[in-house]
Amino acid sequence: MSLTLEHVSRTVDNQDWIVDATLSFEPGSFNVLLGRTLSGKTSLMRLMAGLDRPDRGRVLMNGEDVTGRPVRQRNVSMVYQQFINYPTLSVFENIASPLRQARVSEEQIRHKVHETARMLRIEPFLERLPLELSGGQQQRTAMARALVKDAELILFDEPLVNLDYKLREELRQEMRALFAQRHCIAVYATTEPNEALALGGTTTILHEGRIVQSGPTAQVYHQPRSVLAAELFSEPPINLIPGRISGNEVSFAGAVHFAMNADLQRIGDGEYRFGVRPSHISLVPSNDDDLELAVVVELAEISGSETFLHVRNEHFRIILHLPGVHEYNVDAPIRVFIPTHKLFVFDSAGELVQAPGAREARVA
Amino acid sequence: MAGIRLQHLAHSYSRTPVGADDYALRELDHVWAQGGAYALLGPSGCGKSTLLNIISGLLSPSQGQVLFDGKEVNALSPQARNIAQVFQFPVVYDTMTVFDNLAFPLRNQGLDEAQVRRKVEEIADVLELGAALKKKARNLSADEKQKVSMGRGLVRDDVSAILFDEPLTVIDPHLKWKLRRKLKQIHEQFNITMIYVTHDQLEASTFADKIAVMYGGQIVQFGTPRELFERPRHTFVGYFIGSPGMNLIEVQPQPGGVGFASVHLPLPADLQARLASTPAARLQVGIRPEFVQVREAAFDDAFRARVVDVEDLGTYRILTLDLEGVALKVRLGEDRVVPVEDAWISFPAQWLMLYADDVLLEAAP
Repeated sequence: MSLTLEHVSRTVDNQDWIVDATLSFEPGSFNVLLGRTLSGKTSLMRLMAGLDRPDRGRVLMNGEDVTGRPVRQRNVSMVYQQFINYPTLSVFENIASPLRQARVSEEQIRHKVHETARMLRIEPFLERLPLELSGGQQQRTAMARALVKDAELILFDEPLVNLDYKLREELRQEMRALFAQRHCIAVYATTEPNEALALGGTTTILHEGRIVQSGPTAQVYHQPRSVLAAELFSEPPINLIPGRISGNEVSFAGAVHFAMNADLQRIGDGEYRFGVRPSHISLVPSNDDDLELAVVVELAEISGSETFLHVRNEHFRIILHLPGVHEYNVDAPIRVFIPTHKLFVFDSAGELVQAPGAREARVA
Repeated sequence: MAGIRLQHLAHSYSRTPVGADDYALRELDHVWAQGGAYALLGPSGCGKSTLLNIISGLLSPSQGQVLFDGKEVNALSPQARNIAQVFQFPVVYDTMTVFDNLAFPLRNQGLDEAQVRRKVEEIADVLELGAALKKKARNLSADEKQKVSMGRGLVRDDVSAILFDEPLTVIDPHLKWKLRRKLKQIHEQFNITMIYVTHDQLEASTFADKIAVMYGGQIVQFGTPRELFERPRHTFVGYFIGSPGMNLIEVQPQPGGVGFASVHLPLPADLQARLASTPAARLQVGIRPEFVQVREAAFDDAFRARVVDVEDLGTYRILTLDLEGVALKVRLGEDRVVPVEDAWISFPAQWLMLYADDVLLEAAP
C-alpha cells in the first residue's frame, strides 16, 4: 500500500495544527517524523490514521481518496507512548484481540500470536497479565498487538520514550530488523534526532505544524535545506557562527579570519551563517585546512562513552562532540580544530548554500 | 547541609525475607560526602528508587542506619530531615505566581518579607526565571515549571541535601541541554550535597562527579564517569554504560591467556597468575566498541571477522561483526573506510578487561 497526503491542513480553535502538508510513503517503508513536542507529529499521525479529518487537502491510500473514511474502515494500527494493554486479559489475549474482532479462526489466532510473540521475545510470558511484566515487555505486548493483524499502516507515537535507554537501544535495533521483512508502511514519531538516525528509512522534519524537510534519512541529515532543518536534526545542536566571505577570505564574527578553501570558492561575497557539526570539531588537527581556535572550556558534559565539550572565545560559543571520556576544568584554555571543508554555509534567509563537499558526493 | 552515610543498610518489601532475591536492596555501606554531586544510575527495578526513598525518609529500611553528619535519622520524618526533593513531574502551585511559589518554603519558615524577596530574587536570577516572577505558574512551559520546582529546593539555606528523581523526564531534548548545564552551575555555586537518580547515563555522568551504578539491589561500582567507561568493575557497568555497551565474550583459560573458538588472547603474566588462583564458574573478556582496532585489510596478528551489519549514525558508524560465531560491535569514525564482507580486528591489551563471575579481575596492585 502507498499513502499520500495532499496539501493537508488542520485548524483547531483558530490555531494551525497542521499547515499544508504534502507527503507520500512507499509500501514497505520505514518513516520517521522528527520534531519537538507540539510540532504536529501526533496531529499528522491522527490524520493519516483517520482519527481526525483534515480541514483542507486529501488523504490517498493506493491512489484512492480515503479522506472521509473513519479509522475503523481502514487497516491501521497505532502504538502509543503509554503502554496500553487490557489489564485483565492475558498477554496472549491482548495480542489476539484484533484477530478476534476480525473473526479469525482459533487455529490461525494461535499461530499468529505465537509467531508475533516469538519475534518480539515475549513468547514465554503469554499466560501472564500485562502488569506482571516489565515496562519493556508491556510495550512489546502493545507492539505485538499492532503487528499481529497485518495492518497496512502502523503508526508509532514515541513508543520508546518511557523506557530505559538500554531497552530503547535494543528495541530500536529489533524494529529495524522487524520492518525489514514487512510490506506495511511504518511511521514513527520521535523528538530525538539520534533515534531518527538509528532507525534509518526516511525522515520528515516537522516544526510548528509545517514540514521543514523530508527525504531519505541520511540525505536530510547530510544536506539540511535550511538552518532550521540543521538545528532540528542535530543533537547536540549544530554550531552556527555568523560570518562573511569577501574575496579570498572568510571571517567568523568579524574576528577570526582564514583563507578560503576550494570548497567555498564558488560562493559569492556576503554575509553568511556557517554551520559545523559538533562531531566534526576535534582536539587535534586532522587536515591542513583546519582552522585552529584558542578557546576556554565552559563545561564538559559526559555521556557514558562520549563527551560534549562546551567552549567559548570572546566572540562565540561552540560545542564539540568527542568520542571517549574527556574531563576538563571549567575555564581551562584549550585549542580546537574546525575542518573548514566540513562547513555548512547558509545565506541570510537561512537557506542552504553549500553542504560539505565530501558528503555531497557520497550522498549522490 | 550534610554528608550522608548508609550503614549496613538493606531493605525487603517482604515481611519474611528468605534469600537474597527477596531484597530490593541488599546490604550495603555507602558514603555521600557533604557537598558532592552524585548520581544513582541503574535500570528500572534495580533498587535506586528504594534507596532514594530511604534517604529522604519516605521509606523505613528493614535493617541498618541512615546517618546525616554522623547522626542517625532513621526515626525522623522527611520534613525533619530537611531534604528537598525534585520529582519527575514538576510540583508547583498552579494558581500562585512564580514569586509566591519560590517564596512558599521561606514564608513557612517565618522569614520576613525583605529576606524572602532577597532570596527569591537571587534564586530566580540563577535559574533565569527573573522575567517570569509575576507570571502564574500554570502559564509556564514544562521546563520553566521544573525550574520552579528546583528553585523551591534551593531557596532554603537549611536543606541537608537535594534529591532529584529523574527530573528531566518531561523536558524536550533541546531544553535538557540547558537545564543540565544549569544544574551543574547550581551545584558549583551552592555546595549542597545533591543526589540525582536516573536511568540515563548522559544525565548521570554530566551532573555527577561520582556515580553509583546499581544493579540487582546492589551498588556494583562507585566511580567517576571515566572509571565507569574505561575500567568497568562489573560486566553490568560495561553493558549499561556506553551506546552500544561493552562487548562481552565468554572465554576459557588457555596457556598464556584465555580464548574462544580458535581465537587466543594473551594476558600479562601477573594477570595470568591472578586468574590461576581465582576459581570462577564463568570467565568473560570485555572490550568497548570504541577500543576495537579495525581495518579493511590484514595487519599484524589481527583476527578476521565477517561484517554482518553497518548502522550509519550520521557522524559515525556502528559495525556488527561476526568473529568465529561471536557477535561484536565496533565503532567507526565517519572518515574511515567501511570494510566490506571481511574486517580485520584486534583488541589492544590496555582495553581488554577480564571478568570472573561478572567481576573485574585485576593483577594485584
